[in-house]
Amino acid sequence: MSELLTLAFVVQIVRISVPYVLAALGGTFSERGGVTNIALEGILLASAFLFVLGSYLGGHAAVGLVCGLAGGVGTAALLGAMAVTWRADPIVSGVAINLLALGGTKFFLKLVWDSSSNSSRVAAIEPLARGEGDLGALLELATHPLIVATALLVGGSTLLLFRTRFGLRLRACGEHPAAAASLGIAVRRIRWTGVLLSGLLGGLGGVWLASNQHQFTDNMSNGRGYIALAAVIFGRWHPAYAALACLLFGTAEAVQILLQGQGHGVPTQLLQALPYLLTIVTVVGFMGRARPPAALGKPFEG
Amino acid sequence: MSQPAPTSVLPPRLFRGRLSVEAQTALLAPVLALLVAVLAANLLVLAYGESPAAILGLLLAGTWGSAYGIGQVLFKATPLILTGIAVALPFRAGLFNIGAEGQAVVGALATGVVGASLPAGTPWPVAIPLAAGAGFGAGALWGGLPGWLRGRFGAHEVILTIMLNFVALALANYVTVSGFALPETLHGPPIVGGAELSRLSRFFPALHGSAASTAFFGALGVALLSWWLLFRTVFGYEVRVLGGSLAAAVGSGIPPARIMTLVMAIAGGCAGLVGTSSVQGYKHYYEDGFSGGIGFMGIAVALLGRNHPLGLILAALLFGTLSQGGLAINARVPKELVEILQAVIILAVIASSQEVARVLRRTGGGR
Repeated sequence: MSELLTLAFVVQIVRISVPYVLAALGGTFSERGGVTNIALEGILLASAFLFVLGSYLGGHAAVGLVCGLAGGVGTAALLGAMAVTWRADPIVSGVAINLLALGGTKFFLKLVWDSSSNSSRVAAIEPLARGEGDLGALLELATHPLIVATALLVGGSTLLLFRTRFGLRLRACGEHPAAAASLGIAVRRIRWTGVLLSGLLGGLGGVWLASNQHQFTDNMSNGRGYIALAAVIFGRWHPAYAALACLLFGTAEAVQILLQGQGHGVPTQLLQALPYLLTIVTVVGFMGRARPPAALGKPFEG
Repeated sequence: MSQPAPTSVLPPRLFRGRLSVEAQTALLAPVLALLVAVLAANLLVLAYGESPAAILGLLLAGTWGSAYGIGQVLFKATPLILTGIAVALPFRAGLFNIGAEGQAVVGALATGVVGASLPAGTPWPVAIPLAAGAGFGAGALWGGLPGWLRGRFGAHEVILTIMLNFVALALANYVTVSGFALPETLHGPPIVGGAELSRLSRFFPALHGSAASTAFFGALGVALLSWWLLFRTVFGYEVRVLGGSLAAAVGSGIPPARIMTLVMAIAGGCAGLVGTSSVQGYKHYYEDGFSGGIGFMGIAVALLGRNHPLGLILAALLFGTLSQGGLAINARVPKELVEILQAVIILAVIASSQEVARVLRRTGGGR
């Protein structure tokens, strides 16, 4: 088990956790505003694809970054239009948006790269400094713009949600939209903002996924959006706790990768299922009640 | 239009008006949704530099254009009918079953395990119900558990069923790789001959080569049964009252927790019968990763079929046509076009049913 204590392993955990953390932060904003966000999976996938497309066509990772974020926000806007403006069920909408992202990215993967599995290699967002060995890996981690941004965003999101007027309004719209509306808060606009923020943050997660691999591969989000959703619940709709839940889930995944094919007697499938099992335990209330925002998933008629 | 004078003690005007809006919405919304989907399809096909008319012709020729194509449509529609029911039944009780995927996986696994462990030479009247029953039972457990947790602890069934999907996939993978699968493969041993369902081509030779089996008629039977259960039994009445209003259900002495558990178990069982269609009717063994989104498609089928057992047969046939048609056009346009269309149909159905209902109410068209 000595592999578990190395610096490389810690670096690995952080790298695995980044997309989870970003998507979970996004999910927190959307859900705190009262819009259930199953579409995180689609947001990750669409933004990963558009990052690669932008980087491919624009020749520079910065173009990819802008396109990827736009892809995340655009996908979230679809959820906003369905669930906030048209008052459709956010869960059905989310399931459909995920199908759309899956089918759409495959379709355009074939259209642009004539492949059903992966894109060509593109420019990625790189760490500012590089080094050798374990310490080098740590240096790359600490100087990677997306990782630094993620760390800042965890703190920033917590402040935004609990220490600002917008955060208070967003939470009011998730708890009791009618009361918020009676105080003159534009409920739909605030909810839209929460959903778009989830697209922006989730979009950054998708950018990380694709940038990390220098390419897009078919279904590369691979259920991460659902794990992020699980982390939102496990973290009780608090950005910092959700991020900690993501680190926990990331650790489980890193251990699973380490154990794979080593015959340690721990079924890797059990580790795979761990985030989901923990979430079930949380929502059932065996570990203290995880109380969702009171108006979560309910369209606001008014 | 003149209205007859209200005679009942219920507020009849309001009641009739709402029903009527709903009836009109039920007819208009899917039509509108299909129009949107057709528009999207045209744009995507044009983006690929192909002619929409030619692609549509190819799609129709590859599906309803030949007996083989029709057989394939029936084959693709079979599991969709089952997962559609698995979503539609709980929906009537006000519950959202996103877990048909996981329920189908554990059901198919159970069918595969039981079917393979029956002694060789087990006669079909014993083997078929045992293998199918195992699938129903496993699916019912996987669906009943979140139903019970919802009823007993108030835990949200959507989150539970999503999470249980992944647990089911992990569990099935674990069982498969730790001894059940044949060496060097990801599929289990073949089920006994007696548990296999006949291909439809045995009775209709024109269907030769298509994978449709008698499981299709089984699925139709399950749809009819669920219609009967929902509209002709006390249980179905209780389900519908619960779906209408929790307070009304409690007030009339209907136990919500029990109804939730039961309806989710029955729904899970129906999804578990996917094992019958794919293991007993087609592959004749359980294969890891066979499900490929069949449960999520069930949501689309239930929505388009307006959660009515008969409506969702039609919806399943449409999605079966799209899914088989995707293969027919794949040489010219990526078959993922069809996945996009399926998603667009779901989005358009729910957006348009909200909008159509609102417009009808505003213009008084529902009165």
